[in-house]
Amino acid sequence: MNRRVWVQIACVAITLFMGVPLYFIALAALSSRESLNRFPMPMLPTDPSVETLRTFLDTTGIVPGFVNSLTVGIGTIVLSLLIGVPGGYAVARYAFRGRGPYQMFLLLTRALPIVVLSVPLARIFLNAGLYDTTYAVTLLHTALALPTTVLITAAIFVGVSREQEEAAMVFGASPLKAFLRVVMPQALPGIAAAAMFTFVLSWNEVLGATILTLNQRTLPAQVLTTLSDSPLAYRFAGGFALVLPAVVFIAIMRRYLLNMWGTTLR
Amino acid sequence: MSDIVVRNLVKAYTPDGPRATDDVSLEVAEGEFLVLVGPSGCGKTTLLRMVAGLERPDSGTISIGGRDVTRLPARERGLSMVFQSYAIFPHMKVRQNIGFGLAMRKVPGNEIDRRVRRAAELLHLEDYLDRYPAQLSGGQRQRVAVARAIVVDAVVLLMDEPLSNLDALLRLEFRAELKKIVRQIGTTTLYVTHDQAEAMSLGDRVAVMRGGRIVQIGAPLDVYDRPSERFVGGFLGAPPMNFIPATVARNGGGPVLALGDQHLAAPSTLDEWVGRPVLVGVRAENIEVSTEAAPGWVTATVEVVEPTGAAVLLTVRLGEHQIKVQTAPGFRVAPDDTVWLRSAPEALRLYDPETSLVLRP
Amino acid sequence: MARTGRRTPPAAVLLIAPSLIFMTALFMWPLVVGVGQALVGPDGPTTAYLRRMLDDPYFWTATRNTLLLVVVLIPLQFAFAVVMALLLRERPRFAGFHFYIWVIPLAISDLAAGLVWLSVFTDRGYLNSALDLVGVDGYAWLSYQNPVTMFIAVVVAELWRSTSLVFVIVVAGMQGIPKDYDEAAEVFGATYWQRVRHVILPQLRPSLQVALILRTILALETFAVAQALTGRNLPLLVGETYQWYSVQLNPNVSAAIALVILAVSMLAAAGYLRMMRDATEAR
Repeated sequence: MNRRVWVQIACVAITLFMGVPLYFIALAALSSRESLNRFPMPMLPTDPSVETLRTFLDTTGIVPGFVNSLTVGIGTIVLSLLIGVPGGYAVARYAFRGRGPYQMFLLLTRALPIVVLSVPLARIFLNAGLYDTTYAVTLLHTALALPTTVLITAAIFVGVSREQEEAAMVFGASPLKAFLRVVMPQALPGIAAAAMFTFVLSWNEVLGATILTLNQRTLPAQVLTTLSDSPLAYRFAGGFALVLPAVVFIAIMRRYLLNMWGTTLR
Repeated sequence: MSDIVVRNLVKAYTPDGPRATDDVSLEVAEGEFLVLVGPSGCGKTTLLRMVAGLERPDSGTISIGGRDVTRLPARERGLSMVFQSYAIFPHMKVRQNIGFGLAMRKVPGNEIDRRVRRAAELLHLEDYLDRYPAQLSGGQRQRVAVARAIVVDAVVLLMDEPLSNLDALLRLEFRAELKKIVRQIGTTTLYVTHDQAEAMSLGDRVAVMRGGRIVQIGAPLDVYDRPSERFVGGFLGAPPMNFIPATVARNGGGPVLALGDQHLAAPSTLDEWVGRPVLVGVRAENIEVSTEAAPGWVTATVEVVEPTGAAVLLTVRLGEHQIKVQTAPGFRVAPDDTVWLRSAPEALRLYDPETSLVLRP
Repeated sequence: MARTGRRTPPAAVLLIAPSLIFMTALFMWPLVVGVGQALVGPDGPTTAYLRRMLDDPYFWTATRNTLLLVVVLIPLQFAFAVVMALLLRERPRFAGFHFYIWVIPLAISDLAAGLVWLSVFTDRGYLNSALDLVGVDGYAWLSYQNPVTMFIAVVVAELWRSTSLVFVIVVAGMQGIPKDYDEAAEVFGATYWQRVRHVILPQLRPSLQVALILRTILALETFAVAQALTGRNLPLLVGETYQWYSVQLNPNVSAAIALVILAVSMLAAAGYLRMMRDATEAR
């Protein structure tokens, strides 16, 4: 057989390895309780049902978990953009003393394990009266997302030539107006991509959210803490609920992936 | 009044580093087209950007139309600019791009429309007003950048290498058009380029810069013909001016230039330099060449023959020096042939070999 | 005009100030508090929490498992990612579709990945169902009696989830290699493997180095995958901090383990940087 055929076979094999588990979790979540208990389990969607998913959604804490996850995710986007965009702009536009150390500091913070922050933060938030609130989780997630936001937005701003801003200022715009009228419209798609990235990070983070809350659980925290005393059907439905946004997100973000994860983020 | 006066401008990007502009003074008269030309890193763009207000000088002053603008931000200087990368806004249509400066100055909408249309006509952009820059060719984008710059009726127009991103043919074409447009609107213009041909063809005057200083300023042909130092002669003109070391000797009556064991008639003003070495500068087109020996001519050997269509460019070896000679298109000669050269004494420029500055007898 | 002696703060400082303050408050301060939690008791400095940590048999198992996971997972996943990127470089049919499927796990959390593979590896799950269909008896992959298959299940799930990140970094790195080099090598007679070995891999070096540091630190934090697949049967270090914090309600020991993870992470990063510097100097 020739080389191209081997390449095709290898690609299909990897796609199966990556794709089939996704198929299985969807299949399991969309099966009835009864067909989940059968053995061997049916490999084809012969008996689709929303029973398992509905039971999952009806479980205490799941819908509030959804709401909390959304609240935290959106709050994290807003806060990290508010704080991070100016930093990214500074890195992209100014050759200031301390730019190197600033970037180094951001990279270093990314290397800190979340767990190292979460446990002491729980005590700090307890003292500040923020413990067990979505604010606490939002603050932690913003801290996790911020370095990335700064680095991504810096890369985006570098892509808008300095000369365009200067042109705007020569033709009568103030620095702020030049930024809003000329830089922002061009940076917006990239910033939207950064925002989605931030949301996924927040949506996926489980350890910190678990440690910082008791009742105001985010969805993954709720799933994790109830894992050991839940039936398999609940776990499959939970897995599916957590995976679904990822599939959608990647479908939207394919164009930006290589730039964001591939070059900017590393 | 819209002249530009620059006084003792100093700018260094790092506190103790080299100076991008080193005590530069310059006056551009009202309505004048002045070209700053020099190799990359000579400070010409820094000077332009300080005039624009995009860069802040360490010391010195800039005034436009008698008003000191040294501390004013770019938007309050009442000027207009064409950028090297064009810097037209990709998210705006051509119409909004051209009208941007007017919109920023809160000119009423119908007035903007009228003036945008007029500028578009001048630059043949009428059919493209509702397109985005991405749908235009490089040459058309360039026209948009120029239209945006002239539509605001600024008192001073700055241009930073506006033709450098165009391909050779388009550049030649647009150069003439640009000259015509600027003449029509009559704005005081400061133009930066590294292309000596562009500088020669466009400027009322050219200022040649090197190492953060203006080394010579004057009408293009004067600067071309009488370079004040070796660098200017070598930078301006293609091919660059030939420089040949020689010694001033006395042969009978007047002084002559000794090139090795050959002699060339010298301007009589060289009397007081007899016995001293000089550097002879001569343009390729000011050297006569012949295939036959004649008294008073020096011999050289042909190395390369390059017909350019309008002329034949010869590279010849004279003693141990290579020089470029330009001759008529019909001139027939082959490599390794011997040729005879002379030049009228008044076409020779003489430089001090130590300082490289022109000798002023 | 005379220059004023005092300079106004440059715009850049004002722009980065909010992020600096925020990061200091949310990173540096907790770090200090965390060290305090682990090393200071109600009666001043103490090693009681550290001793308690060290006396716990789970701690040593968790340390061993965590390190083993890193050692097994990282080489496997880098080889896998490079192969994936090389395959994609051959421009197979449906390359866009393959790429999409291969990068989906980028956005999947480790908890979700654990649950996905739970549906495969659990006793009455899809793997045993498939085996049953071809007439092979099932196997208790995730039972604590079978620690090897349990470990393999965690490695597979992590390989599935986290290789995408390396893959994307490698693909981006490959895009940065000018095609000329490869073509030049081909013109001068290099075979495919010679080109991979002598042209492509050396140029990927910077990308691979960054990915290596990043992935090692992240692998040390693996937690929810194992939690979802095995409960506490395969303890990992981060899982132990969670255990001490949520179940034993002892944040001090939890903070002590967190410091161990931090130390191992920093050690690994420093080790890599040193190795890379030595390698660069040797060239």
